[in-house]
Amino acid sequence: MSTYGAWQPVIGLEIHAQLSTTSKLFSGASTAYGAEPNTHTGLVDIALPGTLPVPNRAALDKAIRFGLAVGARIAPHSVFARKNYFYPDLPKGYQISQYELPVVAEGSLSVRLDDGRTIEVAIERAHLEEDAGKSLHEEFHGATGIDLNRAGTPLLEIVSKPVLYSAAEAVAYMRTVHTLVRWLGVCDGNMQEGSFRCDANVSVRPATSDKLGTRTEIKNVNSFRFVEKAIEYEIERQIRALENGEPIVQETRLYDPARHQTRPMRSKEDANDYRYFPDPDLPPLAVGADDIAAVQATMPELPEARRTRYVDALGLPEIDAAQLCADRATADYFEAVFAALPGEAKLAANWTLGEVSAALNDATLPIEQSRVAAPALAQLLARVREGVISGKIAKDVFAAMWAGEGDADAVIEQRGLKQISDSGALAAAIDAVLAEYPTQLADFRSGNEKLLQFFVGQVMKRTRGQANPQQLNTLLREKLKA
Amino acid sequence: MSVSIAQLAQALRERKISATDLTRQAIDAAQQCADLNALITLDDTGALAAAERADRALAKNVGSTLVGIPFVHKDIFCTKGIRTTCASRMLADFVPPYDASVVEQLAGVQAVSIGKANMDEFAMGSSNENSFFGAVKNPWDAARVPGGSSGGSAALVAAGIVPFATGTDTGGSIRQPAAFCGITGLKPTYGRVSRFGMIAYASSLDCGGVLARSAEDCAHVLTAMAGHDARDATSTNAPVDDYVSALTKPLAGLRIGVAREYLGAGIDAGIGAVVQAALKQYEKLGATLVDISLPNAALAIPAYYVIAPAEASSNLARYDGVRYGHRCTDPTSLEDLYTRTRAEGFGAEVQRRILVGTYALSAGYYDAYYLRAQRVRRLIASDFTDAFKTVDVIAGPTTPTVAFKLGEKSADPLAMYAADVNTVAVNLAGLPAISLPAGFSEGLPVGLQLIAPAFAEARLLNAAHQFQLATDWHARMPEGVA
Repeated sequence: MSTYGAWQPVIGLEIHAQLSTTSKLFSGASTAYGAEPNTHTGLVDIALPGTLPVPNRAALDKAIRFGLAVGARIAPHSVFARKNYFYPDLPKGYQISQYELPVVAEGSLSVRLDDGRTIEVAIERAHLEEDAGKSLHEEFHGATGIDLNRAGTPLLEIVSKPVLYSAAEAVAYMRTVHTLVRWLGVCDGNMQEGSFRCDANVSVRPATSDKLGTRTEIKNVNSFRFVEKAIEYEIERQIRALENGEPIVQETRLYDPARHQTRPMRSKEDANDYRYFPDPDLPPLAVGADDIAAVQATMPELPEARRTRYVDALGLPEIDAAQLCADRATADYFEAVFAALPGEAKLAANWTLGEVSAALNDATLPIEQSRVAAPALAQLLARVREGVISGKIAKDVFAAMWAGEGDADAVIEQRGLKQISDSGALAAAIDAVLAEYPTQLADFRSGNEKLLQFFVGQVMKRTRGQANPQQLNTLLREKLKA
Repeated sequence: MSVSIAQLAQALRERKISATDLTRQAIDAAQQCADLNALITLDDTGALAAAERADRALAKNVGSTLVGIPFVHKDIFCTKGIRTTCASRMLADFVPPYDASVVEQLAGVQAVSIGKANMDEFAMGSSNENSFFGAVKNPWDAARVPGGSSGGSAALVAAGIVPFATGTDTGGSIRQPAAFCGITGLKPTYGRVSRFGMIAYASSLDCGGVLARSAEDCAHVLTAMAGHDARDATSTNAPVDDYVSALTKPLAGLRIGVAREYLGAGIDAGIGAVVQAALKQYEKLGATLVDISLPNAALAIPAYYVIAPAEASSNLARYDGVRYGHRCTDPTSLEDLYTRTRAEGFGAEVQRRILVGTYALSAGYYDAYYLRAQRVRRLIASDFTDAFKTVDVIAGPTTPTVAFKLGEKSADPLAMYAADVNTVAVNLAGLPAISLPAGFSEGLPVGLQLIAPAFAEARLLNAAHQFQLATDWHARMPEGVA
């Protein structure tokens, strides 16, 4: 915190997570991304006279799921409100959102920072709302095109309390939320497509003060790096202004990624009076104990709990546990490998994060589509443990499996990679090597024990790497001493 | 055409007349009565095609009582392929690509819609003078208003052009024109009839219903219109009663609450006399009268004229010239597009209510207006809850005066709003109510309003039907019409 000298920045984030439902929040139209403009639009989405919104229960269940994951209160009755403003991509002239009574209130999330600290971030609320359409300013020669495909798409707006004190904390929190919503299956987290975006409220106050300074809001930033840069820029801009005795203007600012700076969009004076009021078309959204129980019954083990378990119960290093729990599919893959290979957590983790991860990267595949599935990897690792092949050979076998040459046993068989564990055969190979290098043998016996590795290497070479390393070691030592 | 729907249905089944003949008669009558200006769109082609289909069904002796019965939809219900204007310049050329639920339901039982009835623009008005297509005349006196907003529907039924018409009632828009035109108008419980495809004025108050000659006819039509609709989240799945069977129940023991507040100052003496006579008639039928009080009745008008415009200001935001409806020529900017489109597209009363509603919802005024009006709304609802502990229905005059002259109140919005004094509380409480012809004052029809607890439509229809068996006010027709 000393980086900001006598000043303390205070940040709160409003994260918009698009809920991964197949249909919109208040209509049956599809939410699929990338369709021809205005093809995913029903009567309700274009706000034809006489049409009415009908809430999508699947979106509600996803909101509840998020609420339970952050230990929040789920409102037994939450209320949809209308946020009134005119804009061409807002067909009804109002957005249906939640205002006074959101579905999720008062939660919190543990966030691990890069410096090793863990902070608890208070979440004020998470509410359901519909997205607007898009205005297309290009290719219309001075006119504006409207695409209403996105209009009505369900969003969960997750509002933190202003309890983040640096850009790094803000981004760490945003990443944790990003992991969580994907983990829960409530949002696909795709930032390029705008499924996960963020507004940041930033203010600065003297480090000795506990009163919040005037804040600005940075709108619609859609990458972690830009959020960090935008907040960093905004903090410095505000500190500079305050140090020069200039007041901070409460306003909405836009981040310009090309210049890495924020610039004013509109000030409080031209801000809309949204005239919120409860939407009379929608009765309060009732959530009963049974609805909550039904969602609870399908809750996965949460990332934080799993990370702790990996460290405490499986004895994995923190770093491995954190990497495995960065997304649920990776953690699930690891679990599946480990389940078939009890007691070998570290081996399973090393391979998941090592070979598998690297191969997926090269092939740009998600782990769900790994060409070596978890059971197949477990079989391969079992052969290593059983001593059938060495760890080194296993990497070649893995590459062959990845290339589609069959499962571990088939590759080992086909390529004749089985380790030589037969002591007779090994003894013969050792004898041959010792006979071939009499000088080195004499040298060793006169005290140059470093030559042990030379002999290991030669035997390995002779057995094309298939000698069981432990057996080789024992047998070789015996013969060298003889 | 002072015959009942049941009689028409029997004539159709006995081949005494065909649906095509009935439909032709209705179309001819509508054309002869063009001076009433009660229709915005006559759909003779569609009507005759539907009548032919109805005749085929009748030939097979299938279907309900409404097969082949001609009627008219208020031009607030979306009709696929037939322009739906809401009597506004904004939607003067709007052709919906879909049918409202009510339209589907009546088409489903093969009733034959001959067109779309005139109304106050966006259902805002009590005289039908706020129509882009001109005022509707009262068939009893062409110099007088038919009431509003369902004035076209009421005039068409009163003139005997169609046996029934659909309407909507947000603050009295079915009951008040029914009273002014000497017919029976039923506003069901909020949520009993789907709002899907019914163009919104004030969503928490809007209610689809029926205008017909008698309670018995209303019962047949409500049977087709009532029920749950998954496309309207405020629609109820409470079971639908057998309205027709309930009609015959004797009234012995029925407790009728007579609210002091509904017969006090501001009610014309002639109206008061008619209502007293009607109450005596009810005593003769075995009912007992109970003096009751609805202490917050006077607050209904101010609460209504905050809540309804507030919701309207938001509901009508979608008419922005971007996707459908009126659009100003050659907009120079987005703001110009909005302001000119809406200034040109909306009439004076609609603009007034949008402005009032926008103000009521604005930051700094919301608590004093909208929230306070909602508290009053709860008080009004609890007045009714208390009253229904001791009575089965509440009776009173539907309107304080008989139909007033065209132009008489159009310069004075507050005098116009006062015409709703006895009807708006029912909408605020979401209750069902019926207006039935109870006599004449100054040669003009007087309506008696009966209010029942939620979902007691069967009780209302029963009470009105028994009155109509004993009286012939509902059978009186204006002179010089069809």
